[in-house]
Amino acid sequence: MCMNEQISKTKHLYSPEEAIGVIAAQSLSEPATQMTMRTYHFAGTAGIQVTLGLPRIIEIFDARKELATPTMEVYLTKDYQSAGKAKKVAENIKQVKLRDLVVSDVIDLTNLEIIAKLDSKMMKDLELDIEKVKKAIKLKKVKVEGEGSELRVASTTIDVKNLHKLKYKLMELHIKGIKGVSQVIVNKDRGEWVINTLGSNLKKVLKIEGVDPYRTKCNNMFEMLDVFGVEAARNTIIEQAKYTLDEQGLNVDIRYIMLLADLMTFTGEIKAIGRYGIAGEKKSILARAAFEETKKHLISASIRNDRDELSGIVENIMMNQVIPAGTGSFDLVGHIPKEPMAAAKPETSKPKKSAEKESKKVAKPKAVKAEKKVPAKKAAKAKKTAPKKTKK
Amino acid sequence: MPKHEILSDKEKKEVMAKFDVNESQLPKISISDPVMETMDASPGDIVRITRNSKTAGKAVYYRVVVK
Repeated sequence: MCMNEQISKTKHLYSPEEAIGVIAAQSLSEPATQMTMRTYHFAGTAGIQVTLGLPRIIEIFDARKELATPTMEVYLTKDYQSAGKAKKVAENIKQVKLRDLVVSDVIDLTNLEIIAKLDSKMMKDLELDIEKVKKAIKLKKVKVEGEGSELRVASTTIDVKNLHKLKYKLMELHIKGIKGVSQVIVNKDRGEWVINTLGSNLKKVLKIEGVDPYRTKCNNMFEMLDVFGVEAARNTIIEQAKYTLDEQGLNVDIRYIMLLADLMTFTGEIKAIGRYGIAGEKKSILARAAFEETKKHLISASIRNDRDELSGIVENIMMNQVIPAGTGSFDLVGHIPKEPMAAAKPETSKPKKSAEKESKKVAKPKAVKAEKKVPAKKAAKAKKTAPKKTKK
Repeated sequence: MPKHEILSDKEKKEVMAKFDVNESQLPKISISDPVMETMDASPGDIVRITRNSKTAGKAVYYRVVVK
């Protein structure tokens, strides 16, 4: 269903009911094991240190909300395609703390004041003046005075002890730009000015003049989900995963990543792959128990008197039954004519049974084939958990 | 961002028949999704998404609008 993207009409076609999920899992996890052995988990693109390698892959598929290195790629509109203008936009994006403006600071103990000298040249570059800085200081119980490049902050209640604490608070105050964006680098990429940032806040960046809202993106899929929707989030997953793998020189077919991204965004939001995401939400108790936290699932299921419908693959391997995948997902359908049965009731009961037996015989060899296709990994897991079950 | 369009009732039936599925089996899109907010969608509608695919050129995907 809807798989036309993964199985485009080339030689990459899979047969119906082929267990593509398992193949995708193996195609991705084999290169991932290669990754662990390499130590280059960080690499700089355009001067910004970005998490790469296995840690990044884990971040993507675990659907982490907080990334180690959130970054943005900010594109500019046509009117802003010059070095000067791009720099101006970058200055509006980068966060400026009071600390960045201060040249020297003194604590005046007799007047209980903090006197800070500000860099007037830097303030000019950033289009700031003392009034703007004063406005940005919104601390309670504090008197702010300022003239020229000198800033005086006096506290009305705090004693000498707390003056140092106040100073620290003051220095960390956010004056200008977007909170959290600590690094901004302006690059010329393919004849176009692009701003790369460390730290991200898409919503705010899009409001800044000169930013192209159609191409600007961020490596955090949850931000993309909030701002541009599921489809954009899906594209981010694919792009980021592919980029990370390519960066390590690993060649994984993009269709497997697409499949995974489609699965992660199936519900309209982003779900992780592991225990707290898709694998943890499987319908079957046995399938969940086979994955992780075996006891937890078996105990809670027995307390609630749950039933397992045995409709999935893992649980059927455990039960030593035909799995509903590949050739195993097809049943034989036969049309038994009604009239001869009605004509001779006692005699037809026997042939009917034999017909059933025959159909079973035909189905069984196929089932054996299907079982062989099951990857060793899953089968091993099933074996591990199966004996436990019988003990109980 | 790929193109999103809401299907008419007739198209909706055709899609359901083509894939032999019901609404609950289709991939979902939240009604609070930024794209859905710009369109006049209501829960139960089906959205046709035309993606630019690296492997298939254009790929058509369907999502059902949910709360």
